[in-house]
Amino acid sequence: MSYGATEAVRGIDLEVNRGEVFAFLGPNGAGKTTTVEILEGYRKRSGGEVTVLGEDPERAGRDWRERIGIVLQSGRLDPYLTVRESLDLYAGYFRHPRPTEDVIALIGLEGKADERASRLSGGQQRRLDVGMALVGDPELLFLDEPTTGFDPSARRQAWDVIAGLRDLGKTVFLTTHYMDEAQRLADRVTIIAAGEIVARGTPEDLGERDAGETTIRYRANGREVVLQTRTPVQTLHELTEKALAQGEPLEGLEVTRPSLEDVYLELTAPTEPAE
Amino acid sequence: MNGLALVGHQFRYDQKAFWRNPASVFFTVMFPVILFLILAVVFSGEDVDVRGGIDATTYYVPAIMSLAIISATMQTLAMTLVIAREDGRLKRGRGTPMPPWVFIAGRVGNSIVVALMMLVLLAAIGALFGADVPWDRLPAILLALVIGAASFCCLGIALTAVIPSQDAAAAIVNALLLPLYFLSGVFIPEDQLPDGVIAFADLFPVRHFFDAFFDAYVPAGGPAVSWDNLAIVALWGAAGLVLAIRYFRWTPRSG
Repeated sequence: MSYGATEAVRGIDLEVNRGEVFAFLGPNGAGKTTTVEILEGYRKRSGGEVTVLGEDPERAGRDWRERIGIVLQSGRLDPYLTVRESLDLYAGYFRHPRPTEDVIALIGLEGKADERASRLSGGQQRRLDVGMALVGDPELLFLDEPTTGFDPSARRQAWDVIAGLRDLGKTVFLTTHYMDEAQRLADRVTIIAAGEIVARGTPEDLGERDAGETTIRYRANGREVVLQTRTPVQTLHELTEKALAQGEPLEGLEVTRPSLEDVYLELTAPTEPAE
Repeated sequence: MNGLALVGHQFRYDQKAFWRNPASVFFTVMFPVILFLILAVVFSGEDVDVRGGIDATTYYVPAIMSLAIISATMQTLAMTLVIAREDGRLKRGRGTPMPPWVFIAGRVGNSIVVALMMLVLLAAIGALFGADVPWDRLPAILLALVIGAASFCCLGIALTAVIPSQDAAAAIVNALLLPLYFLSGVFIPEDQLPDGVIAFADLFPVRHFFDAFFDAYVPAGGPAVSWDNLAIVALWGAAGLVLAIRYFRWTPRSG
């Protein structure tokens, strides 16, 4: 799959199961949007095979579009239409739309239904954006970086909406560059970096990867001591045994495992050019 | 909904958005009215030396109607479509089952209805200033309106292909249209323009549309339907349509 002169993504192999929230995680420029646009039918691929809901997105027609919902990475709304009008407009495009009032409740904008889009906060606009993708009652929903640029409370609200989609039995394909977002929302995560897949699994599996050593920290005689170990139980046992015998307090003792964030950063770090 | 019902649905929301947008209401509706009032007052009592002499008010009614129709169609479409494209709204719409032509038809319908409304409004204001409404020429006026509005819609849609951003939209559209209004005798009566200016303006569709509309609206002499001018306007429209189909894009140019 490529566009222009550079190949944006290569050898990507993905499978998303019905009813799951699938997170496609990677830093900016990793090829997430290229991939998702190929899946949505916006972009032609230079090679490979793609099947979404049983059809090739490049050739899929109106019936296929009845079954998917798309939230673009940077889609603005018509500033002059209200929440209800924007949703009603889109409801008209589908054969079997979800009732507008249902959608308003799903996105938590009950109090803002008659407010114009231009008067909504950034987080509320994004929720309306998600609502417009839900109007058609799709089986599969694409969310491209739904919370980029949000403040913490707006992110939390958006997350609640997305978590609610799983409960409705929707399949969600989520792209994000936030580790915590994937961790919080996804059943499965695939990490992409520089156009290639570098890891996949459940958020728990990825967190338990042996991606680094456990760090043990403490202070002795006012000096900080840092130990890196691949056998933390053994090291810790020896350390505490010695300390007890010698009456050393091991001030500020701290044991840290690599976080999912560390795993992610390590996996997506640009590789050093070979010398 | 079937195709036609869907166009009606789209049109209804395009109308709402149009009337709530202060820029559309000012530039498309208010501006031609203000312009007409100024010109009618400034040149009141003066004669224009065309068709054996008509008074200035009678001259400016079809002139400003031409401007208003071009503004409601070409200018409105070029600007609002570029803004919607760069907002990602066109791309979002393409992700739904709505056929793309429905969206365009809704917008074109909106423009034509606004153009028709401006015609009625300016005819009424013109009548207050003594420019009688030529009721017997109504079929010719509507014919000129429909051919002109459709053609300038096509040109407006085609023009979006060369407008790279929202900020550039107003600049590009005005840079094209304002000089042509002057050169075509819309602002300055054509008897006061130096020789050669009209000949130059004849290279562009604004002059031919004004000419056709003038023939339809002003009773003094000549047939109501100016077929050659309408044909040239329609040819411009057809060229615009071909370019629009070939080069119109639904995805943002920036980002």
